[in-house]
Amino acid sequence: MSREPRASRSERTGNEVTRELRTDGGEQLAATDSNIEAAIRENHPALITYITAGDPSLEDTRAYVEALDRGGADLIELGLPFSEPTAEGPTIQAAINRALAAGTTPAQFFDLVDDLSTEAPLLVMTYYNMILQYGPSEAARTSKAGAAKPQNKPDVRPFVERAADAGLSGIIVPDLPAEEAGPLRDACDDRDIDLVFIVAPTTEGERLDRIMSQVSGFAYVQARLGTTGARADVSNATHDSLTRLAGYDVPKAVGFGVSEGDHAAEIVAAGADGVIVGSALVDIIADHGAGDAPAAAELEAKARELKRGARRGREEAPEPEQP
Amino acid sequence: MSNTESDHADASADRTDRERTFGDYGGQYVPEALMPALQELEDAYERYVLENEDGFMDEFSERMRDFGGRPTPLQRADRLSERYDREIYLKREDLVHGGAHKLNNALGQVLLAKYMGKERIIAETGAGQHGTATAMAAAHLDMPCEIYMGRTDVNRQRPNVYRMRMNGAAVNPVEAGSGTLKEAINETLRDWATTVENTHYVIGSVVGPHPFPRLVRDFQSVIGAEAREQIREQAGRLPDSVVACAGGGSNTMGAFHEFVPDESVDLYAVEAGGSSLDIDEAAGVAPNSATLSTGTDGVLHGALTKLLQTDDGQIVESHSVSAGLDYAGVGPELSRLVETGRVTPTSVGDDAALNGFHRLSNLEGIIPALESSHALGCVEANHEELGDLVVVNVSGRGDKDLETVLEETEKRDLDAAPDVEVFDA
Repeated sequence: MSREPRASRSERTGNEVTRELRTDGGEQLAATDSNIEAAIRENHPALITYITAGDPSLEDTRAYVEALDRGGADLIELGLPFSEPTAEGPTIQAAINRALAAGTTPAQFFDLVDDLSTEAPLLVMTYYNMILQYGPSEAARTSKAGAAKPQNKPDVRPFVERAADAGLSGIIVPDLPAEEAGPLRDACDDRDIDLVFIVAPTTEGERLDRIMSQVSGFAYVQARLGTTGARADVSNATHDSLTRLAGYDVPKAVGFGVSEGDHAAEIVAAGADGVIVGSALVDIIADHGAGDAPAAAELEAKARELKRGARRGREEAPEPEQP
Repeated sequence: MSNTESDHADASADRTDRERTFGDYGGQYVPEALMPALQELEDAYERYVLENEDGFMDEFSERMRDFGGRPTPLQRADRLSERYDREIYLKREDLVHGGAHKLNNALGQVLLAKYMGKERIIAETGAGQHGTATAMAAAHLDMPCEIYMGRTDVNRQRPNVYRMRMNGAAVNPVEAGSGTLKEAINETLRDWATTVENTHYVIGSVVGPHPFPRLVRDFQSVIGAEAREQIREQAGRLPDSVVACAGGGSNTMGAFHEFVPDESVDLYAVEAGGSSLDIDEAAGVAPNSATLSTGTDGVLHGALTKLLQTDDGQIVESHSVSAGLDYAGVGPELSRLVETGRVTPTSVGDDAALNGFHRLSNLEGIIPALESSHALGCVEANHEELGDLVVVNVSGRGDKDLETVLEETEKRDLDAAPDVEVFDA
């Protein structure tokens, strides 16, 4: 197994490492990288993988995460399933349905993350309602006919606190645009968790500036309009988006439709700092039942193929970024 | 429609119409890819709807008159008035073209899409009422149209599927989940996220991200604007109460909006109580759609509003005998009006709604939609609290519900029902 050495999640103190940042004037400034930024810069070009937690069971998720970590994933996104995944295509919708059918809850999800020790930092990807509803005040929100309901206003903080305590390094919320992200942005800042925003092919001008001023960790570049799902090619929108983003000093990772090593190579060659792969991995999981060992081996092999593709792309990239 | 222009002059003076929220409710919780389209829609809403640019609202009103059959009557219900010993007036939205208030919004949005230069219309539909209204409007205005409809609804609402296809719309069955309205909305949002650059999503109720709740409300507010003028003319004063059913809440907000500043007028939003008001957390099922009465705050389909959900935040499957009320969310403005106490939420179960259906059919010669039957069920149960002069919104006609009503009536012992077993004799 050949992989570049990486600082592991457990070896870091806190969630930040210091790096030297060279500005245009040649002046040396101390800046801090989050775990996520460090993982991308140190392992450039980065492979970011997504699977849905609890698909088909949380025990399987543990094995899959470890396999992806071994296979060279530099960041691992875990989907916390929500019943109305409006940003997902059929593959990840089905994964979320399997996870919900298995009874996956936020509490169990965090218990799993507590137990995981991967080299790759972990992120949670979920919909905003799951973040709003998480909290200890179950009794306060239980709805019963005729009973007085002491309604607590939903709050993002309990989720962020729990995520930080579990060692998660970042949060991605596909239905939370920058305009609505204030409360979550503040809560994440307080616990040094990165809040990753998605940049769409339709994002430009002032909106792009607003998002890039709020983003941390990396900018999730949506490769094409539409929903998640493996595709057979790399869209022109990817190249256009990377061109629009070239001036921002934030790592850029491209997702939505990336399924093969060759895609990874092309995307990195076009200037991306990383590639995000979800549906192609979920397809592998869908082909196997619960407790099926070959699934983990196939995931590990797929991660290697994608990482190799990304490295190949770096050779072709116009201006490779140095870690 | 005579006062539409002045209403909109008032609205454009009201800066709150441009805010993204109603108190804490509302907002824009959507994928980033849709945000530019929402901003484009906001801009079009302000220019064409609020400011009547290029005579948009004039054209809308003309088309609603000539194509849609507006204004609709406000009719005194003589036998109901006698039964309840007070004046009961019915706002006859069942007489709008297509048989429901849904056309008010569908025609408004399809026309707006045309003004915006969009080339394609998509919409979700539950029972098929919004889908048929959108298909009619799209045919009328020569726009290609695709409707997403859950598989369960496609199977149980065949006549509406045929109506949409007759009007030239494509109907796309959605296989996911329970195959009802919620899944249809999810799939329409996915289509829109892919085709947003040339497509307008005609959302069917006062739900979704800003500016949809305001936009749909404004197109529907003609109901209350007409009713307010009509009741003053016919009864000489404002009503003591206005009663409307509430699912997503478009006929509700349409009926209420013009009355909100009239503090002497009580506003009752009647939800579907289904068979019980309890949520079965383990099964993820609510045997009702009483979101305003029993729901909790959360985010669904682009807005913060009241929802039927589990403690973890999973949306539960709602239920009502009336497909048009069967939704786990509700418009954010209604959530706000309930929070401030301006609107009183109440609920009526399946049995009372069915009785309401039979009573109006029998006493007044009007077969109401099962949705509207909830408002009538509320009048039966609570008439003593409604004051001396009551306006009830009959949001649609019940021809579409006959099969369901016969089936559900046979299962029950309903005091207002005729003997349906002899219908086939």
